[in-house]
Amino acid sequence: MTQLWPWYVSGPLLGLIVPLLLWLGNKDFGISANLRHVCAMWPGKKPAFFQYDWRKETWNLLFALGLLAGGFLAGYLYPGDPVHLNGTVLERIKSWGLDDPQAIVPLKLFATSALASWKVWVYLLLGGFLIGFGARYGGGCTSGHAITGIAALQLPSLVAVVFFFVGGLIGAWWILPGLIAWITGGAG
Amino acid sequence: MRFFFGLAYFLVGVLGGVTLVQSQAASWYRIQEMFQFGAFHMYGMIMSAIVVAMIGVWLLRGKRSLEGPEIKINDKARTWTRYIVGGTIFGLGWALAGACPGPTLALIGAGWPAYLILFAGMILGTWVYGLLREMLPH
Repeated sequence: MTQLWPWYVSGPLLGLIVPLLLWLGNKDFGISANLRHVCAMWPGKKPAFFQYDWRKETWNLLFALGLLAGGFLAGYLYPGDPVHLNGTVLERIKSWGLDDPQAIVPLKLFATSALASWKVWVYLLLGGFLIGFGARYGGGCTSGHAITGIAALQLPSLVAVVFFFVGGLIGAWWILPGLIAWITGGAG
Repeated sequence: MRFFFGLAYFLVGVLGGVTLVQSQAASWYRIQEMFQFGAFHMYGMIMSAIVVAMIGVWLLRGKRSLEGPEIKINDKARTWTRYIVGGTIFGLGWALAGACPGPTLALIGAGWPAYLILFAGMILGTWVYGLLREMLPH
């Protein structure tokens, strides 16, 4: 369990989720829809977009709880080795002020102690905001568009994924270096 | 029966959560490596997932699901602005945070509470989209 699962094992396992959900109850694999369901649970006044019976989507919320439990099993009970990165990528990331990987994610950004810095809060809330806003605007995230949508030959999903990468490349090359250096005090 | 299906959806989620962590697809580092074209790992994962999902969809289409409804794929609306603008905004967030919604949940479970803040940001972004939806071009 502690070894890295290679792509040709983990990719097919993730892909298997699509037919499993269809076979169980004709359900579409799409994780970000749960963000909308959480908003729909709000008992007070809310935008029309959230006025529907979220209880009918309980299956997806249970699926999301399963993701949490699966993460617990894999990460908490059987923590893996630190990530071994491509050397060029590692040097670039270190130039932003981050350390050699000691876990699955950088401690300067995601350790609980990192939350002592308000800059880390800005970073996390900004990233989350863009993900939540963009996923609903674009009608899905990686699971719904990149895996399910393309597998079901949906041209809109292919377009969405191409633009996931447009946004991702802009973020990774032009925004992230400065943003991380701003947090760590590194060079960027 | 309802309990059985609830449990089944939960267990499919467990499979997803374990896989996302063990494959390091949930890793901030792997997402940066992907966007910097540093390794094949993430591309291999996404492409092999699509192939398996595609075969599954092809085999199951038109059959009856265990819960009853016929298995069919709903075509997505062909209004392009939302996929271009929304997709770009999502991609920006994906690269900045180094995670998408599924891995975020798996990492909260794996014992990284900072991802709760990221998750709160996602809820906030979803809510603001709901507020502005009528004003946005789709």
